[in-house]
Parts: sequence; structure tokens; C-alpha cells
Amino acid sequence: MPEGGAESRRTLFDKVFDAHVVVQREDGQCLLFIDRHFLHEGSFHAFNKLKERKAQVARPDLTFGIEDHYVPTRTRNLEEIDPAIRGMIQQLRDNTGRHALRLFDLGDPGQGIVHVVGPEQGLTLPGLTMVCGDSHTATHGAFGALAFGIGASEVAHVLITQTLWQKKPKRMRIAVDGALAPGVSAKDVALSIIARIGADGAAGHAIEYVGSTIRGLSMEGRLTLCNLSIEAGGRCGMVAPDATTIDYIRGRPYAPKGDLFEKAAEDWLALATDADAVFDREVTLDASEIAPVVTWGTSPEDAAPITASVPDPDRIADPARAAQVREALDYMGIRPGQNLTDIRIDRVFIGSCTNSRIEDIRAAAAILAGRKAKVPGLVSPGSRQVKQQAEQEGLDRIFREAGLEWVDAGCSMCVGMNGDLVPPGERCASTTNRNFRGRQGPGSRTHLMSPAMVAAAAVTGHLTDMRLLMREAGQTEG
Amino acid sequence: MKPFRTLDAIACPLPLSNVDTDQLIPARFMKRSRADGYGGFLLHDLRFDEAGAPKPDCSLNRPERQGAQILVARRNFGSGSSREAAVYALVDYGIACVIAPSFGDIFASNAVNNGLLPAIVSEDDGEALLSVLEGGALRARVDLETLTIDAGGLSVPFSVDPVWRTRLLNGWDDIDMTRSHLDAIAAFMEADRMRRPWMQPAKPGAGVS
Repeated sequence: MPEGGAESRRTLFDKVFDAHVVVQREDGQCLLFIDRHFLHEGSFHAFNKLKERKAQVARPDLTFGIEDHYVPTRTRNLEEIDPAIRGMIQQLRDNTGRHALRLFDLGDPGQGIVHVVGPEQGLTLPGLTMVCGDSHTATHGAFGALAFGIGASEVAHVLITQTLWQKKPKRMRIAVDGALAPGVSAKDVALSIIARIGADGAAGHAIEYVGSTIRGLSMEGRLTLCNLSIEAGGRCGMVAPDATTIDYIRGRPYAPKGDLFEKAAEDWLALATDADAVFDREVTLDASEIAPVVTWGTSPEDAAPITASVPDPDRIADPARAAQVREALDYMGIRPGQNLTDIRIDRVFIGSCTNSRIEDIRAAAAILAGRKAKVPGLVSPGSRQVKQQAEQEGLDRIFREAGLEWVDAGCSMCVGMNGDLVPPGERCASTTNRNFRGRQGPGSRTHLMSPAMVAAAAVTGHLTDMRLLMREAGQTEG
Repeated sequence: MKPFRTLDAIACPLPLSNVDTDQLIPARFMKRSRADGYGGFLLHDLRFDEAGAPKPDCSLNRPERQGAQILVARRNFGSGSSREAAVYALVDYGIACVIAPSFGDIFASNAVNNGLLPAIVSEDDGEALLSVLEGGALRARVDLETLTIDAGGLSVPFSVDPVWRTRLLNGWDDIDMTRSHLDAIAAFMEADRMRRPWMQPAKPGAGVS
């Protein structure tokens, strides 16, 4: 590698990408080696392609199955559930069994949502290429891994060859600097970014998140931030590894150990973007201007600070955008100009690969402690380990005493595949990632927000600035 | 995969932004076997009411748009999940080309893997195409060699990643292409073991520090 030239000024993304190029074609297509491949119940189309070709899995040692998308959360006894859903779980067991792949099944103490389990088990490491047939795979970029979601044809390609054809996307740097106000979380940062650049604002780009605010986030916060990269259209989202990253990984079951860990840590810290490396697009945000955010529409870009009101399509100049807003408000059953805090909700959901880690559960519990929820709701920790830790801290009691259901780990009501659904027409305050029409069930209406904001909405029965409840709690304790 | 060169077919306007993959195929249909065909699930909740009757205001249900193979939509088509089932629903319905100002990255990649062309037009050209179709034009002609779309006397350029264009024009399959590089993959793995000895997952429980 020449020194001093453009070649030596590389971004974090470039360094990880370049280290995995097996073949580079003249047209720019690169065959990339894949270090980790996660599978779930939805991977059956890809296994069927393997069967058609009578092919084997190239690297079973780098391939991991996890039961999450369809798993029941109120029972672990599969005899009690819808046979069609049970069939999806059984199908994954059959397919991973046939190819002798490690499966985190319902009985496994490590089971949970794939994007919670990977980091927790030390399967997610800086500098890796990681793929899964799930768009929220960008989550793992929090460690400085190049992680992205792929479709079934690509899943089959990785299973058979352990590689994938990719072209380098453009690079986008999003800098967030300054201190976040108390109660403002990574979720609020992410939704603010999406509201600013749009749900396709980062399409065709690899995002790197930088700045003092990002450095100050825990791994849990960084995972939430990178998770939502896809909701801005980003191919992936990454944070350069630092001491926070390395401390998190040390001692995890599948992480390197002893001298190998020290060697790895050295390599990981060298992945940081070089000074003077050039990005195709730069976006900056001032952390002090970020308030708790909620979505009001049917795309994650339809997001606004909780102190704002619902936009009025008649006052939007762009006709396509005005039409989009009008249709969204019609679907959501809310009025232009209405205060966001006047929107009443029917239920809450705390969970999903976006916000179900221990820090998220704690943030929600802090608001709910000693209070009652005015609406029903489900709390689904992201993994059995998160559940166990929360129970050790007594957080499950807080949710139960507030009147919410404390259930097992899975994708649950974020996508409703397991039957945890928001009934038609009902409005749900949700810690999840997509407020798409019908996402949480046919006719469901979703408002995205942070765990503390969902907890606050549960307490009052309407969208609420959680900072009011925080201050109240401070006063009673003080 | 069948090569894609030109397509002259009925085109259907779908003047919506952010047609996400959850709308293209709602999750509840994804347990079905592909062998049964996914076409009936395409945009299901947009096309059908709760009783399962076709909604008359949905453009895909208009009698003159039956048999459409081209769909024209607004920005960010196919955003959202990586579910390739969204593409299966389009392909099984008969759609071979979607025209929009922007696409979800994963969706576009899945589309090409199934021989479906994601054609990018400018916002203005997209609105113009929607207008001529809604004004009565029935068909459109998409030419992947010249990168042009003709409809109702209108002719607009479109773009598609050049690599994808070559693949679609030739109907190439990725897996077969990759298999010609098996030696390079083996060599990479060998060298990588020295370069990144920590990449291999550790054995859980073995020598926890």
C-alpha cells in the first residue's frame, strides 16, 4: 500500500471492505468474503435453493441459526401454538440440522433476537463482514463490522460460496456532537437523522457515525443507532471501535481469548477512519437540539419532536409530499395541526432488535416504577440473557405491577409474525423500527419512539414528553 | 434467468411514495410455499378490503390495467425489510419492471436476482409518466439497451446500475459466476487465517479469561 497518497486515506468502511475482497472485476464488482452469516425461520427460501442445486453449506463454522421471527413469547411449548407458525420453526430446525449448523433454539439459554444475540455472544466483532436475511443486520455495525441485510437469493449464495458480489457504495459521514439532554436517547438521535435526510436519504451509501455524542453512547445505544440506518435507506451504518467496544467484547463466549484477543484489539483500533479521508456526503447534527422524538405517519421519516404538532398537508408546497402526508394522516386517523401530545394510544410495545437490550428495559422501568399503565402492553426483552438480567434487577416486577405483560424474547409485535398483533384500527406506542401500514398487524397504527417515551405514553394513555415524568420522579425522590 | 432486453406491456400507475415491502407482501402470507405462487398477495391490503373484495380505487384493480407487467410509482419503492418475497409477489403477479425515482437498496438487489428491472427515473419524469398513464395511456415500452421508456408519446431516459444492466441483459446467475472463482476463495481463506487469526469464532466455554 503506497504511503501518503489517496490510497492511505481510507474510511473505516473502506478498510473493512478492502480486507474482504477475494476478486475484483473491471466493472467494480467485488467478490467479498463473508465472516458471519445468521439464519432465521424466514431463510427457508434459500435452503430450498440449496436443495434444488443439491449444494452443501460452504462454512458451517461461520453460519448460525437463531429462532426469533416466529417464536411465541407467551409460551415456549410449541404444541400450544398455531401449527403454521410451528411449521416455520420446525423447518429451520430441519434445515440447520441437515447441514449441522449451530442453532440457538427456544431451549437455548442464548436464544433471542438475532441482532441482540450476535453481540451478546461475541459473534459480532469489529472488522467482520456480517450478513443475514434481515434488513436490520446493519445493527452489528455498532462494533465497526460491515453488516448488512440480504435477500433469499443472496442468502443461498453465501451458504453455497461464503461470498457475495458487492460494489462499493458511496460513503456518508453523520457527525453528532455535544451533550444529549437527560432522557434523550440513541433512538431520538436516529429518528432525528431520518427526519432530516429522509427514509431514502442514505440510499446507496454506507454510513459512518462520528462525533462526541456517538463516542459517549454505550454499545446498546450504538446498536440502536446503527439498527435504524436502514430506515434512512443506508446500506449499512458503522461506528469505529474504541475502548467501549473492546470492553464490551472481552470475555464473551465466541470472542477471541487471551493473547489472540489482545492482537485482535490492536487490529480493531487501527480500523478507525484516517484523517483526511473523504466522504461523498457529510451531515451534522447538534445533540443539544435533539428532543424526544415520535413518529406521526407511516414512514420513519414522518418524525418530529414530541413538543411539535402534526403537519398540515395544505401547507406543504411539494404536491407529492403533500399527498404522502395526507394519505398517512388518513391512515393514522389524526388531524393536521393536532398537538402530538394529544394523540391517545390503545396499547404499548417494548421490544424488537431496535430497543430491547438491558439499557432499554431499564429506561422504560425507570419511568414506570411505582406507576400504573392506562393501556395494555407487552414487554419482550431481546434475549433470554436480557430477560434473566432484568429479572435479577427486579425490573419484571415493575412492568407487571404497572399492568404490562412481561414475556419471552423474539421479534414479537414488531412484525407480528408470531401472532403478537396490534388489532385493526388500534394505535400502538412502540419501541420498534417501522411504522409502515399494517406492519404490526392489518390496520394497525404505529408510533415509533424510545423505551422511556413508550413507558411515559403507557402511564398517561397518550403521547407524552417523558421529561415531565422524569422531573416528577426526581421531585418525589428528592 | 431469462434475459431482459425490451418490454412492451400494459403499465399501471401507482402514485404512492414509500411503497414498503410490508405493503408489497404483508408478513402473514410469508409462511406460504413459493410453489403456490405469491402473486395473489401482492399489495394485498391495498388491493383488497377486509372481506377480501377488490378495492375499486386501487389502480391495479382497474379492468384496463389487468395483465400489467410494468408498475410506475413514486420515490423509495421497496424500502424496508429484506424479504425477497416482496419481489416474488411482483414477479408471480407478472410485473417485470418497476419504474420509480428511488428504490430500497436491498429490494433493488433482490429484484435483479429475480430478473425484475428496477428502473430509476428523475422525479419530474416519474410524475410525467404517472400523468400520461393516468391520462389514459395504457402501455409503456422499456428498452434496457438504450435506457429509455416510451409511453403515450412521452420518451424519458432511465438509469440502472451498469453491472445489473449487464446481468439482466444476459440473464446471468450469480452462483454459477462465483463458482468459477472457487480457487480464489480457497486462497483468500488460507491467507486470511494468518492475517486475521481472531476471525474464527472461539469455542464457547474453552479457556474463558
